[in-house]
Amino acid sequence: MFDFLEGYDLLGSFWTTVQLTVFSGIGALVWGTVLAAMRVSPVPLMRGFGTLYVNVVRNIPLTVIIVFTSLGLADIFGMTMGAADDFQTQGFRLSVLGLAAYTAAFVCEAVRSGINTVPVGQAEAARAIGLNFTQVLTLVVLPQAFRSVVGPLTNVLIALTKNTTVAAAIGVAEAALLMKEIIETEAQLIVTVAIFALGFIILTLPTGIFLGWIGKRVAVKR
Amino acid sequence: MSSVLYDIPGPRAKRRNLLVSAVFLALLGLAAWWAISVFADKGQLEWTLWEPFVTAEAWTTYLLPGLANTLKAAALSMVIALPLGAVLGIARLSDHIWVRGPATVIVEFFRAIPVLILMVFANQYFADYWSLTISTEDRPMYAVVTGLVLYNASVLAEIVRAGILSLPKGQTEAAKAIGLRKNQTMRFVLLPQAVTAMLPAIVSQLVVIVKDTALGGAMLSFTELLNSRKTLASFYGNVIPSFIVVALIFIVLNLILTTFASWLEKRLRRGKRSTGAVLGTGAVEDIAAGGGIPPGSVRGSYGDGSGGAGT
Repeated sequence: MFDFLEGYDLLGSFWTTVQLTVFSGIGALVWGTVLAAMRVSPVPLMRGFGTLYVNVVRNIPLTVIIVFTSLGLADIFGMTMGAADDFQTQGFRLSVLGLAAYTAAFVCEAVRSGINTVPVGQAEAARAIGLNFTQVLTLVVLPQAFRSVVGPLTNVLIALTKNTTVAAAIGVAEAALLMKEIIETEAQLIVTVAIFALGFIILTLPTGIFLGWIGKRVAVKR
Repeated sequence: MSSVLYDIPGPRAKRRNLLVSAVFLALLGLAAWWAISVFADKGQLEWTLWEPFVTAEAWTTYLLPGLANTLKAAALSMVIALPLGAVLGIARLSDHIWVRGPATVIVEFFRAIPVLILMVFANQYFADYWSLTISTEDRPMYAVVTGLVLYNASVLAEIVRAGILSLPKGQTEAAKAIGLRKNQTMRFVLLPQAVTAMLPAIVSQLVVIVKDTALGGAMLSFTELLNSRKTLASFYGNVIPSFIVVALIFIVLNLILTTFASWLEKRLRRGKRSTGAVLGTGAVEDIAAGGGIPPGSVRGSYGDGSGGAGT
């Protein structure tokens, strides 16, 4: 029944999907946290920049961003990400860049909503013992915020896993592109799609359950 | 809330803030200067590349028909997905396991799969089995709408469910007390209020749908805005300007929708005649991601006003 899959690198394509998720996830987490810190900072200019970034990036389709990294950044501006002659590596790195830039906006909003759940008294007590803004944020507020933000961040991660399929638009050999190739060549539509659907369920479902469990465990009980 | 983290700045803090602002401004300026110099370097600031966008031709031939297709696909998907989502959402709340079970499986299945997979599947399905009824040039549109409907019906099902769950318990209890049957409670008491509570979340979901239509443009050559950009850029030879203009169109369109959603949310929260239960715009992202109903989205009768990510 599955003979027709011979010659297709099924696991390899899903491995690319996982790699895209992990690398852009790390990038988005770092950049998104920086953005969130900017959005709650006492400096109006930084707040403005954070708000502008989030509102601009969130409202552009991810597809537009990913296609732009390839046709704009790489082709016109010559940003080949150190892989000018290797189309696959270049596409992969550009996709990670685009996915991280896009997902960071959602991470920022999740972290910010986490900061909102920290009771005012915590920050007030921290300031009362003389901590400055950076100390209040890094020693008192963010550690608590991150604990309550595991749930929302899990949702962002799952959305990111599904969003990595958009990299197919610039020819990165991940799962969705391979599926398109297989169903166009082989006359096994339903079986193929079922396999790939299952693959994504295997990727997203345990992540959701595991991180949801972690989230419940680490959440600050109030 | 941002003032929670710091005191009202005194003279020293004011000076420090000013210094940080200056450094940040310098960095931004540096980035902007670098971007402009790169643009100039590659000749992207030439007026000939931007000129098409002030002529009517670029708009009437490429951008507006593309935008029309984007809106058409988004509207169709929403109109078809909404009743489907309502049925699935109510089915998930059923007391009978043979109704609740399948509905749960369907909703969870389609939420866990990327929309792109669904679109590509629908496209091939129509090509293989429906090629006589759906012509080749119509197929991308059908595929995009089918993919979006399958995915968004399950997301909307969760929104409907969350909307009904967000109503105060007293509503069901009062309905039971006056002797309404389950069916009547749902139709006359819960649904009408839930629909109002869901409105902001539904409008926010429209933003997601509009953004996802672009997938069809890139992968299935559906002639929506992103795809028309390609045709436009190959005619005028202005890749970068066309990307910027198309991104701006999307931003403006989606900002209008988000602003409308936040306005609705605020209005509903203020309303005195309803129970005040509102499914905020922030609820949508959590539900759409496949993480189930976030605890914060079901706020009962006391909206906390922060509205999650809906700014």
